[in-house]
Amino acid sequence: MSDIVEKTLTALPGLFLQNQPAGGPAAAKASFSSRLGGLIRGITALTSKHEEEKLIQQELSNLKATVSAPTTTLKMMKECMVRLIYCEMLGYDASFGYIHAIKLAQQGNLLEKRVGYLAVSLFLHENHELLLLLVNTVVKDLQSTNLVEVCMALTIVSQIFPREMIPAVLPLIEDKLQHSKEIIRRKAVLALYKFHLIAPNQVQHIHIKFRKALCDRDVGVMAASLHIYVRMIKENSSGYKDLTGSFVTILKQVVGGKLPVDFNYHSVPAPWLQIQLLRILGLLGKDDQRTSELMYDVLDESLRRAELNHNVTYAILFECVHTIYSIYPKSELLEKAAKCIGKFVLSPKINLKYLGLKALTYVIQQDPALALQHQMTIIECLDHPDPIIKRETLELLYRISNAQNIRVIVQKMLEYLHQSKEEYIIVNLVGKIAELAEKYAPDNAWFIQTMNAVFSVGGDVMHPDIPNNFLRLLAEGFDDETEDQQLRLYAVQSYLTLLDMENVFYPQRFLQVMSWVLGEYSYLLDKQTPEEVINKLYKLLINDSVSSETKTWLIAAVTKLTPQAHSSNIVERVIQEFTISLDTCMRQHAFELKHLHENVELMKSLLPVDKSCEDMVVDASLSFLDGFVAEGLSQGVAPYKPHHQRQEEKLSQEKVLRFTYLALSFSSSGFTGRQSPAGISLGSDISGNSAETGLKETNSLKLEGIKKLWGKEGYLPKKESKTGEETEALPIPQESIMENVDQAKTKKDQCQVLTQSKEEKEKQLLASSLFVGLGSESTINLLGKADNVSHKFRRKSKIKETKSGETAHSHSMTCSSVSSLSNVSYDEDYYLNTLQDRGDKELKKFSLSLELLDSEPLTELPLVEKLSNCNLSAPSLFADNDMEIFHPPQSTAVSVAKEMSLASSFLEETTECIHSNLMEVCNNETISVFSYKIWKDDCLLMVWSITNKSGLELKSANLEIFPAENFKITEQLGCCLPVMEAEGTKTFQYSVQMEKPFTEENLSGFINYQMMDTHSVQMEFSINLSLLDFIRPLKISTEDFGKLWLSFANDVKQNVKMSESQATLPSALKTLQQKLRLHVVEIIGNEGLLACQLLPSIPCLLHCRVHADLLALWFRSSCSTLPDYLLHQCQKVVEGS
Amino acid sequence: MQFMLLFSRQGKLRLQKWYVPLSDKEKKKITRELVQTVLARKPKMCSFLEWRDLKIVYKRYASLYFCCAIEDQDNELITLEIIHRYVELLDKYFGSVCELDIIFNFEKAYFILDEFLLGGEVQETSKKNVLKAIEQADLLQEDKNAYCPRAFFLYVASTDAIGCPGGSWLFMKPCCYGHS
Repeated sequence: MSDIVEKTLTALPGLFLQNQPAGGPAAAKASFSSRLGGLIRGITALTSKHEEEKLIQQELSNLKATVSAPTTTLKMMKECMVRLIYCEMLGYDASFGYIHAIKLAQQGNLLEKRVGYLAVSLFLHENHELLLLLVNTVVKDLQSTNLVEVCMALTIVSQIFPREMIPAVLPLIEDKLQHSKEIIRRKAVLALYKFHLIAPNQVQHIHIKFRKALCDRDVGVMAASLHIYVRMIKENSSGYKDLTGSFVTILKQVVGGKLPVDFNYHSVPAPWLQIQLLRILGLLGKDDQRTSELMYDVLDESLRRAELNHNVTYAILFECVHTIYSIYPKSELLEKAAKCIGKFVLSPKINLKYLGLKALTYVIQQDPALALQHQMTIIECLDHPDPIIKRETLELLYRISNAQNIRVIVQKMLEYLHQSKEEYIIVNLVGKIAELAEKYAPDNAWFIQTMNAVFSVGGDVMHPDIPNNFLRLLAEGFDDETEDQQLRLYAVQSYLTLLDMENVFYPQRFLQVMSWVLGEYSYLLDKQTPEEVINKLYKLLINDSVSSETKTWLIAAVTKLTPQAHSSNIVERVIQEFTISLDTCMRQHAFELKHLHENVELMKSLLPVDKSCEDMVVDASLSFLDGFVAEGLSQGVAPYKPHHQRQEEKLSQEKVLRFTYLALSFSSSGFTGRQSPAGISLGSDISGNSAETGLKETNSLKLEGIKKLWGKEGYLPKKESKTGEETEALPIPQESIMENVDQAKTKKDQCQVLTQSKEEKEKQLLASSLFVGLGSESTINLLGKADNVSHKFRRKSKIKETKSGETAHSHSMTCSSVSSLSNVSYDEDYYLNTLQDRGDKELKKFSLSLELLDSEPLTELPLVEKLSNCNLSAPSLFADNDMEIFHPPQSTAVSVAKEMSLASSFLEETTECIHSNLMEVCNNETISVFSYKIWKDDCLLMVWSITNKSGLELKSANLEIFPAENFKITEQLGCCLPVMEAEGTKTFQYSVQMEKPFTEENLSGFINYQMMDTHSVQMEFSINLSLLDFIRPLKISTEDFGKLWLSFANDVKQNVKMSESQATLPSALKTLQQKLRLHVVEIIGNEGLLACQLLPSIPCLLHCRVHADLLALWFRSSCSTLPDYLLHQCQKVVEGS
Repeated sequence: MQFMLLFSRQGKLRLQKWYVPLSDKEKKKITRELVQTVLARKPKMCSFLEWRDLKIVYKRYASLYFCCAIEDQDNELITLEIIHRYVELLDKYFGSVCELDIIFNFEKAYFILDEFLLGGEVQETSKKNVLKAIEQADLLQEDKNAYCPRAFFLYVASTDAIGCPGGSWLFMKPCCYGHS
């Protein structure tokens, strides 16, 4: 032996020398053939990673030179490829060779081609761009007469092929399904399988050919086709039920040993084939008794035959058991399968034991008794030295957990958790423990302790839902308030104990949970004072290992506790230390705390105790900033312009926009040169306010002064101010309306009152902080931070069981508004259709009634009572947005409202209000039901008119409308008629109020009646409603328009191309007026002002301007979604007609 | 099957076949983690591993570990048999295969694997058919020089501190793979 070693060693230097380019081609040939051996041996001889790296880098640079040299023969190239593959396997980058691999596959002879293809399959992945270069080669080889070449091409296609190039080879491969050689057919089937995986719709048309492959005389081809069938049946089992018989027959033949002996594996007939077939049968028979019945026999036989004591028979048995439990059950088979599982579980072989446990976990729901039967084995497995067995056992226990065994099971899980290091396992297990703990927690102490363990171990890797759910649970509580308080108290005590321990580090997430709970619920403590808690939080705050994110949680907790504390030494220390913190965020929080700390009363009202579940109302329009803006403008600050406005200004020909309508009202103020309407109006009257609240007020809160500032009426100019005098802060009717609104809100919900007052304070605080000089964002940040977590727990979830499923919706404020945004998805077709449906006739009526309306005298009536009524049903979305509900002066509403209570006839209605034309919604031989909409000023009135076509009398005709969640539907007339005479017509009226905004919704109902004491007949119908049905003109003056414009925060802007027929402003506006019921406030030159409202009272303003054939639309509203919706509608109307 | 890895007891990768598209970085990470985990397992332990959301089925033959990643619903036992059939194929092709055969002729090992498994699925289970296909391709133009591993394996073996792992037959006695 030593001889050989010696020989080898002497040969080594020679091998290494071959790295240099050899003299002649012959020498090169000889050297290349053993180069790989040399390389491998060289590497093996090395002792350090560093040396290896050096050697490989050298090798790679040699290779790089060789492959790119023109003299390199294909044979040498093949050898180089092999070495490149080797280098890549060792983890080095050989990407320079990829292109040469493709070239080799293209140009080489068979053997070289083979290596080329291999290299390509190893180097490249499916989406690699170089792969496209291979397509031609593949196409060529597929057409080759040489079987080996065809095989190679099919092999590469089955491994990697660019999805977009499938059409190039698909016909060729389809042809191969008819090839005389089975190996070609087999590979072609697998290539199609690959295509099915990456682009299923490209091979849809050849499903029939798959069936042919299934019936192929060659077993290999048939077996290959099963791969496709497993996949397809998994996706849609119902489409392949007819094949059940075939699969059963094939399995019978296989089990019965009818296949060639070649396919035996350790004298078991074709085990792979059996397993595939069993899997297919399991998928087909799932929840399908008839299909399942077809396979009972063959499954029984499979179980019986697979009795040889060999690994592969266990594989078949396992699959068989799985199938038996998946399909429609048959007790006899289940019994046998259960026995089989027993064999696995009790087996001394660890692999089989593992599979036994695995089988138990999936049959446990169907057959819990089986777990009992094996309970001793399960207990043993719990302490098995192999962690995989333990883990599978825990999985089993997890599935059988209930209120009784929860303590033990979670105990075991925690033990395992403490030993695990792998992140994936920890995340998984921690999630399960948290889920079980929330589901079955026997008592408070256990729950909190378990969750403590979860947080300490799961720490920062666990799913964020776990702490969120936990805090939500704590905040929302269950039905029993005292129980909830105990739970919270226990949590607080437990955290204080944990924080007392020295030198223990907790994960950041755990600290965050602690700080939130301590901040919210420390008031429950009777022994420790808030100061002590603050002290503990302070210790964490100055701890370097605590992340700055956690510190913000901590300081938020300190802020919450400060109003409860009697002495404030530590708080002052916190303020002192963190107002000079280098972390801007911390500094910010510290400043906020500082200012709050100076006004304890405000702080107390701002941070009420135990109110984390209450809603918070935010003024999204930021109207309280107006004063600040005004002041800024007075000092010459450039007005803010939204992005699209700046954009437009760039595009616009004119350098400066003339906002004539505003200029009119403030012509003397001389600010017409300003670029924004906000700038103009505010610029005119800043002085009055700035005098009151100058910069001197930097540090203290002067609430009286602020009151005028945050309300927008303080600076809004009246018409009289035209003369240029300083504006006084006049009480305007609007304010009284506002108060009424507030009152209406208080009726709505008591807790709302709290938030209302809180909101007031908050607004004041926000305003004051602004004048102190802090940015608006930062102030919001303070408040947001303090109650940050509480937002998430807004909605109460009573049932414990649903906790785990609830992870999906964490209820934050933003969440609701976002979802409402997504609700407003436009259905273009619908609107187009309805517009067309209404037709010309409709238009006539429109204009007619518009004239009628216009001719009525303008009586300004603040319809407070009525509006407060509406308010009760105000849509929640807008409540969230804290919309200021605007009450426009209405003209005809009162009279209409009065009339509405009376039974008004069809004719009367048509003359008074705008209405849609009659539409038949349903009919039969006896009756016809027509319907039309009347767009009343304050609601949508739906009228159904029923005509009795028969000559008979109908009894107890009754019309009912199904309740819809977005509407409030009120009956206007008696809807049950005892008798309906022959050939008569009756109308039913319903007023529809919108409860929740939507874009389109069906209103459905039914009508039933009795004919001459015989059977009763019922007919259903439905009618489509759109948001447009709730849009009404808003009749306001130009001046009011100007005021309102400034108070709205949500704006949307877009240019729309006008159709030729109406390329002038008046005609465009008229269209808008007619089709969308917008009110034209004024037309000034090439600009137009329009206003409308969404019932009950959400205003939306539109400013439009014409440039050539472009109409620039600019919407503003207090509601965020309305402008988008209207823009969309306007666009359709303007572009469409 | 998602991928197959062959590595030595020293943790050196001998063969890798990926049936799912992954980035090189990802592949390296997976390989590193898996090699570590599998090598850390004791001989009497179960051949299956749960790793991320995958099931790892591995088996050791002499100094070489064969390691396959499958999905949870796949059959672990039959995957073990896939590994075994592959070893049988290698054994038959090389004639009492040892690790060195695979090291020095890894491209051949790849060819055999591609003939046996295609796109992650079993293509042909008949030993005869697989080898017939390989031989057909080999016979076209065999370069005998490329295939002479035995002359070196003793050298490699002697440099291996642990004895001669690379030189051991994967089947200690080729016909007595224990199924009892």
